[in-house]
Amino acid sequence: MTPTRRRLAFIGLGFLSLLVASALALTAFEDTLVFFYSPSDIKEKSINTDKQIRIGGLVKNGSLKKSEDGITVRFEVTDLNYSIPAVYRGPLPDLFRENQGVVAEGHLSKGIFRAKTILAKHDENYMPKEVADSLKKAGKWKGESKN
Amino acid sequence: MIAELGHFALILAFVMALVQTTVPLIGAQKSNTVLMEIGKPSAIAQFFTILLAFCALTNAYITSDFSVVNVAENSHSLKPLLYKISGVWGNHEGSMVLWVLILALFGLMVAIYGKNLPPTLRARVLGIQGSIGVAFLAFIIITSNPFLRLDPAPLDGRDLNPLLQDPGLAFHPPMLYLGYVGFSITFSFAIAALIEGNIGPAWARWVRPWALLAWTSLTAGITLGSWWAYYELGWGGWWYWDPVENASFMPWLVGTAFLHSAIVVEKRDALRSWTILLAILAFTLSLMGTFLVRSGVLTSVHAFAVDPERGLFILAILGFFVGGAFILFAIRAPKMALGGFFQPISREGGLVMNNLLLSVATATVFLGTLYPLFLDAATGQKVSVGPPFFNATFIPIMIPLLLLMAIGPMLSWKQGDLASAMSRLWIAAICSGGLGILFWLLNSDKPFTPIIGFAIAGWLGGGALKELADRLLLFKIPFRNSLLRAKGLPKSAYGMTLAHLGIAIFVCGASADSAWRSEVVFNAKEKDQTQIAGFNLKLQKVDRLKGPNYETERAHILVTKDSKTVANLYPERRFYPVQQMLTTEATIYSTVMADLYATIGEGDKRNGWVLRIWYNPLIPWIWLGCLLMVLGGLISLTDRRLRIGAPEKRKGNYKTPKLGTEHG
Repeated sequence: MTPTRRRLAFIGLGFLSLLVASALALTAFEDTLVFFYSPSDIKEKSINTDKQIRIGGLVKNGSLKKSEDGITVRFEVTDLNYSIPAVYRGPLPDLFRENQGVVAEGHLSKGIFRAKTILAKHDENYMPKEVADSLKKAGKWKGESKN
Repeated sequence: MIAELGHFALILAFVMALVQTTVPLIGAQKSNTVLMEIGKPSAIAQFFTILLAFCALTNAYITSDFSVVNVAENSHSLKPLLYKISGVWGNHEGSMVLWVLILALFGLMVAIYGKNLPPTLRARVLGIQGSIGVAFLAFIIITSNPFLRLDPAPLDGRDLNPLLQDPGLAFHPPMLYLGYVGFSITFSFAIAALIEGNIGPAWARWVRPWALLAWTSLTAGITLGSWWAYYELGWGGWWYWDPVENASFMPWLVGTAFLHSAIVVEKRDALRSWTILLAILAFTLSLMGTFLVRSGVLTSVHAFAVDPERGLFILAILGFFVGGAFILFAIRAPKMALGGFFQPISREGGLVMNNLLLSVATATVFLGTLYPLFLDAATGQKVSVGPPFFNATFIPIMIPLLLLMAIGPMLSWKQGDLASAMSRLWIAAICSGGLGILFWLLNSDKPFTPIIGFAIAGWLGGGALKELADRLLLFKIPFRNSLLRAKGLPKSAYGMTLAHLGIAIFVCGASADSAWRSEVVFNAKEKDQTQIAGFNLKLQKVDRLKGPNYETERAHILVTKDSKTVANLYPERRFYPVQQMLTTEATIYSTVMADLYATIGEGDKRNGWVLRIWYNPLIPWIWLGCLLMVLGGLISLTDRRLRIGAPEKRKGNYKTPKLGTEHG
């Protein structure tokens, strides 16, 4: 094999593997992309209930309830226009509390969001970017807490 | 006063870096030895002025000088000394000082140990390294001055984020930066070589120790970070494909490819322009990692205080260096002569496949990490790309790579014989089947997929050991003679075997943990019990205690198996009053075969506490595998063949043995 042909083969092989990788990535995107919705989005759009989604907003004041077993919690996620009831089984992140921003991943079932994970946030003043944006969209944004 | 001295030292370092950038580069262009020699003293001066600034900042932290904003915001007088010191790099400004300190350290090492580099190459390497210093020192001085004063000074500081008050995190950033920033020097070597238009085996030999040093540190840094995330975050996992993890993993992947392709340049004088491209890419991805973490475009646990101005500044630096490097590459690379000749099935061919697969894997990680950003910018749609995506793309690309890792080293240079390589690998096939069947028998009630991982790991591990055995002619010649051969074998051969073996062990750990972990969440009052993986766990009691700068609720969980006490676990839930922050302190009972991992959530005596317990099989193998890779890197670094231009001073006779490396 001459050096030029080798270089061509090298580039060809490179493209081939990139092609395979793109095919892999595209099929993976189809199944694994997790879309983010605000409570308003969920009210307005019809959302496929089989798919994993993320929802985000504030934990509605007065909505947080712990059930008998001490592990299952119910709360409502709100963007201050609409609220979606959510249920989660497991220990809550350290900073999870009412009136704080929350992002949860799970799926919708009969209008109730069944959260599989609640994303932990580590900073008292921290507002997840997605939540801030969805509050802005709902016209309820009160500005940065800092500055 | 000392803080002002630190600030002044930073500005001085900036001036030194300017000198280091301009004078040696001009000198090299004009073949002026005097100008070229300026590179060395200016690199030394740059390092020591930055060191002075770093010490000034550290001093402010140790003495709790709260008139410095940075200290007031990130430290507290009650904090233990270790965390006062690690607090220096636990924040944006301080970590940038550490960043440039390490950058200058690499410049210093080239200046001192690079004696046998050709003077023009050394001058150019120092010049390029200096220019990176100029950019980042300017960044610190303009946007992130750590020595700003606060008037009046507060009585006490705001404390460091409690999550960062941890020994794992005290050492993770310096290690990681040593790796990240270490790729600056391979970048400088690549650019210098492009300017000179002269890349060959000698260049590869000079650059290899630096690449090894950077790779080894990055491996150690990523491992420490993963270990920290595992036991400190209390989420039970060790890798989340979090954007910031990916940001450190991508330079690692490309750096690994670079290490391997540089071998081809060194031995066979082929793949020259490709190797240069990898050196540029590795540093590009390091810079991008810095940008992603600092700009706050991605949300993650690592997010430092977000400031768009800083993000733009780093983006500008990134654009300048990457753009410049690629333009230079585009001009120079086509003029490079084509390298040595080889057949597709050969050692070179194997290394080419290694490079292709690693690059494509990097591309998928890149896509998964940045896709949410692109989509948000383009459509406003918010998505997240999580572990399922990376499992579906990254792992299928890694499987052929792992299979090839056993075959590649068996092929000879230039033209290999696949049939004979495969026939030598019979023992790897046995290891593969054996390990697969063994773990299947042990875990027949659990999902089957990890068995594939074990079979691959057995193949790889067996292949790595067989390759070493073949080199020693083990069992083919008398054992004594094999031992003699073992002494004569280059250290880099052992380095490779260890690193590949490390990967095999790592793959076992990662496979087992991917599908065989189990988890129990339960609400426990004192004396309540639960079972997991044959263990019985009983919540004995929960105490309220006080630490140096926190209050804590500490549970005592008694672990028994067949009514014999196995361990006592003490998970904690801490409250740091200064930062008003709660943290979960997991507790881990670790054996060779599994980790028992417990955390305690909120609760009280009357209603009980939420306990979460994981049984994580083979997690310690992950750390062991990574440790072996680091060890392999370190052993390769001691290879005497690399000492030409390596960070090792050699005076006098070539045959003088070095301490601990020759007969150790």
